[in-house]
Amino acid sequence: MSDLERTPAAETASRTRIQPDLPMASALGAVGNLANEFLEWFGNLGLFAWQVLRAAVTPPFEWRELVRQLDEVGSKSLPLVAMAGAAIGVVVSLEARYSLSRFGAKSMFPTTLVYSVIQVMGPIITGLVVSGRVGAGMGAELASMKVTEQIDAIEASAINPYRLLAATRILACILMLPLLTLATDACGLLTGWFAQALVEPLSFHQFISSGFSGAAFNAFLPQTFKTAVYGLIIGLIACFEGMGARGGAAGVGRAATNSVVLASLFLILADVVLVKFILVCFS
Amino acid sequence: MATTYDHPMKQAEDEIPGSVSVVAVECVRKAFASHKVLDGVSLTVDRGETLAVLGRSGTGKSVLLRLIVGLETPDSGTIRIHGRDIAGLALDRMGEIRKKMGFLFQHAALYDSLTIAENVAFPLEHHRRDMSRAERGDRVAALLAEVGLEHGFHKMPSEISGGMQKRVGLARALALEPEILLLDEPTAGLDPIGSREIDDLILKLQHERQMASIVVTHDMHSARTIANRLALLNEGCVIAEGAFEDLQQSEIGFVKEFLKQS
Repeated sequence: MSDLERTPAAETASRTRIQPDLPMASALGAVGNLANEFLEWFGNLGLFAWQVLRAAVTPPFEWRELVRQLDEVGSKSLPLVAMAGAAIGVVVSLEARYSLSRFGAKSMFPTTLVYSVIQVMGPIITGLVVSGRVGAGMGAELASMKVTEQIDAIEASAINPYRLLAATRILACILMLPLLTLATDACGLLTGWFAQALVEPLSFHQFISSGFSGAAFNAFLPQTFKTAVYGLIIGLIACFEGMGARGGAAGVGRAATNSVVLASLFLILADVVLVKFILVCFS
Repeated sequence: MATTYDHPMKQAEDEIPGSVSVVAVECVRKAFASHKVLDGVSLTVDRGETLAVLGRSGTGKSVLLRLIVGLETPDSGTIRIHGRDIAGLALDRMGEIRKKMGFLFQHAALYDSLTIAENVAFPLEHHRRDMSRAERGDRVAALLAEVGLEHGFHKMPSEISGGMQKRVGLARALALEPEILLLDEPTAGLDPIGSREIDDLILKLQHERQMASIVVTHDMHSARTIANRLALLNEGCVIAEGAFEDLQQSEIGFVKEFLKQS
């Protein structure tokens, strides 16, 4: 038998040596491609953010568009965040009463509800609700403008689209999120008290005095104002996805979906960092 | 006499040495991924002149306009507006040059959240803040009248026909009194009567305003009506340039075929 010929056993061995590597190679390749795509996306987001920042700090400023966006992000999100706040107030009230009763700590109810709503639930729920409503709306609106060349028309008219469209929206989100969070907190505390008062008489004055007793401003203000960072995340990602959309109606859908999903994800991750930052700086 | 190019860098015989054209595109190349769209395009347009750029679909005619207005950046070559190279200019610097240009997009690209009047007023609100509201309203009415629209200013773009959208787009492009007018397929999607009306309108505006105009089209009848010169693009290059009568004398096979089929 010549060197060029292989025995059947050798042939099988060479085949079985190659095949097990392929799934591993393709899995590693897929992970590598995913990492590549993420880094590319993140890099482009950074470049976009830089363009927006440069546009935002150079005149002429788009005050009228900013006011319009403050209304769009703030006033029009208010009913939704108020409802969300009311719902979490009831949920936290019911859960807290049950848990505290088990441990004989019913007197801690007002404090538990106040701290839970203002420090934890209020900010994150506001962020997620606004991310869904505003993020999707902004992403879809800007994507629709992109695929119909309206953004190109703005640029061709010698108007900076980063200043007119992105900077105004992002600033509106940054300014409105803390205010919307206050609205969520207020509704949450109100309905939380009401849910408790239905079971055990407790005046609202008593509830507030007890809940806020011994609390300093820095127990609540940093948690409320951290939502400005949520606003930055929501506005930046929605504008980036929208203004970079391509591919017609499918592209608009993708931009809207990505705006919500990515903003929500980054918002939750940012919360982890911000909570630690607040605990270190303000405790 | 038609000027036909063996090589994109060959200078036109009648070009005045040292003269500065309003728009000068010199050996511009542009590719998207591995697909070469423009491969050494050169052309010039002077004040009061209308150049029609023709070619088959997908030969880069619209890309050429986007390069001139700065929405795309050439891979190589230069684009000069009044002698100034615009390639790579920052957004705000490019804005000063764009104020002298008017661009009519293929589908008009009207802002769908604004009314017709608000669309036309949009560039004025941003660049003519010295104008009072009343002055702006008068100017918008005058622009819309100039393009043949006398009423319905409160309507949204979705409520008007394609032809009317083109007229509104044209009025918006003229709002800042541009010296250069770029028109991307102005008659695309219109019926024959609508197309002729747009042609007549462009001719009238050109006669009155003496702008340097570049019209991208594959409508040969439209090109013959409104343009002083025609430039035929094929495989990324200008393969023929001149008046229609001169192009008819061309011996280049593609030119003959294109004119025959038009």
